[in-house]
Amino acid sequence: MSNIEAFKNNELDLKKVEFEQVDQPGSVGLLGHAKGFWVTFSTIFKKPETVEYPEVKAPTQERFHGRHQLNRHPDGLEKCIGCELCAWACPADAIYVEGADNTEEHRMSPGERYGKVYQINYLRCVFCGLCIEACPTRALTMTNEYELADDSREKLIFEKDDLLGPLRAGMLMPPHPMYPDMDDKNYYKGDVTESHPSQEIK
Amino acid sequence: MTTAQLIGADPGWLITVKALLVFIFCVILTLLSVWGERRLVGRMQQRPGPNRVGPFGLIQALADGVKLALKEDIIPAAADKVVFVLAPIISATTCFMSFAVIPITGPVTLFGQKTAMQLTDLPIGVLYVLAIASVGVYGIILAGWSSGSTYPLLGGLRSSAQVISYEIAMGLSLVAVFIYAGSMSTSDIVAAQSKTWYAVVLFPSFVIFAISMVGETNRAPFDLAEAEGELVGGFHTEYSSLKFALFFLAEYVNIISVSALATTLFLGGYHAPPFLGFTENWLGGWFTAIWFFSKVLVFFFVFVWLRGTLPRLRYDQFMQFGWKILIPVSIVWILIVATLRLLSLQGAPRLVVVGFASFVVLLVMLVNIGFEKAKKKKEEAVFDEGPAPSFAVPALPIKKESDHV
Repeated sequence: MSNIEAFKNNELDLKKVEFEQVDQPGSVGLLGHAKGFWVTFSTIFKKPETVEYPEVKAPTQERFHGRHQLNRHPDGLEKCIGCELCAWACPADAIYVEGADNTEEHRMSPGERYGKVYQINYLRCVFCGLCIEACPTRALTMTNEYELADDSREKLIFEKDDLLGPLRAGMLMPPHPMYPDMDDKNYYKGDVTESHPSQEIK
Repeated sequence: MTTAQLIGADPGWLITVKALLVFIFCVILTLLSVWGERRLVGRMQQRPGPNRVGPFGLIQALADGVKLALKEDIIPAAADKVVFVLAPIISATTCFMSFAVIPITGPVTLFGQKTAMQLTDLPIGVLYVLAIASVGVYGIILAGWSSGSTYPLLGGLRSSAQVISYEIAMGLSLVAVFIYAGSMSTSDIVAAQSKTWYAVVLFPSFVIFAISMVGETNRAPFDLAEAEGELVGGFHTEYSSLKFALFFLAEYVNIISVSALATTLFLGGYHAPPFLGFTENWLGGWFTAIWFFSKVLVFFFVFVWLRGTLPRLRYDQFMQFGWKILIPVSIVWILIVATLRLLSLQGAPRLVVVGFASFVVLLVMLVNIGFEKAKKKKEEAVFDEGPAPSFAVPALPIKKESDHV
């Protein structure tokens, strides 16, 4: 570290910088070569590491960066608040978000705002996961799904419908009001664990 | 009756049948060897290789061939059109020709005619093979030259230099075989090996031949003419469709034919391995063909093994190896073999032969010691760098006493 500082101030004479002699691996000799040939020969009799892909699909690592998913609160309301932090974090400019205000008649997420338009362009996405780190509500996460090939540009721009997580047991399809006597802070803390009958719009 | 006389009595129709058989055989063997190579290299890299088209992927090469044939055939605007078309034709025709003098079986009966599975027998059979191989190289050189593009030109140049260098070593390694067999005819050479193979008697020649035949066929680790990493595709960069397929075919037929040549010259051709001589009469003599092809397959396996194991040589290393090691070693070896052969032909006493052999061994050891000493001296030598330059120069990457402050 001190060396680098000295360079900046032209205090260190370049001539006095010592070079380390690097040990070059020389000739490996006949036995070394034989060893190399043995490696390839013996590998013939090992079981191949590959899988027959389209028929057999090996599971990915647990935290593999695959297709994104927009998550929901346990009562079915969307977690996305349309803040666009993911879009700002994206180094490839692959995300487009348009937020809109929630109203009492049309509530998609707890709190003031929700993501009205949410697009991810998978021709641009580099699956770095910075959007996931940026998301303040854990609305955006990544799944392990990696089969994202298609035959047109349009099909590879995923809309909100493509990205939203499924409605699980106990969830109601938004828009619907928030859980009675709960506000967005309760949602954020995880106090809401299921939907309430009063939330259902008849 | 010698094989030459046996073949000489062939009627015209039989010669045609044999020629057709050799041709069909080479093509089928090429298709299978492409598949075999990909499977084997795959296994060496712990993957299965092509296994989708047909049983075990056997007709993958055929499918690839059909695909290649259906591709657009492009001739670059800068290309010399006549030569550009001619080059793959030269490559693909010459590669089949060397198989004409390879004896595949001993005496057999084909359609009621006593003959041997060998298209023709020339008194200078092996020289003919070498000549054909040299003509075949024109295909590569002309392809590189006529493409009108830089990378193919470099590939063609490399290939010409490569083949010239390695042909010398190859030719020299064969001289010992000629001296021992007393003939250049392939059938005579095989007949002379009925007791011991030349791979054993003339082991250094065999090694030199085996190395130079890899250089001669432009195969890894000597595939500098088409080095993908440096020259895109080398001489065939600009080729597409059927013309490319012809080069592909030529490469594999060449492998098969040099393997067949090596089998003929060093591994006793169609003869059975030691102690299995009784099998040579099985199936009316046709069993010898099985021995022949198993030997060819062994060579083919070595080709694939080399490709799976060794990285490509640097160009200067490659030339150095050819000119500074292979050629001098073969020349010295020929001198030794010639002397020994002369001694034994003149009926010299055993003591003289043994004396000469030990003298040679001693000489080799002395030369080796000399080389080691010279190498050590060179390593220890301190270079005089002259007066220090006026501008800043980092010290050499070797620590010397004077560098320590």
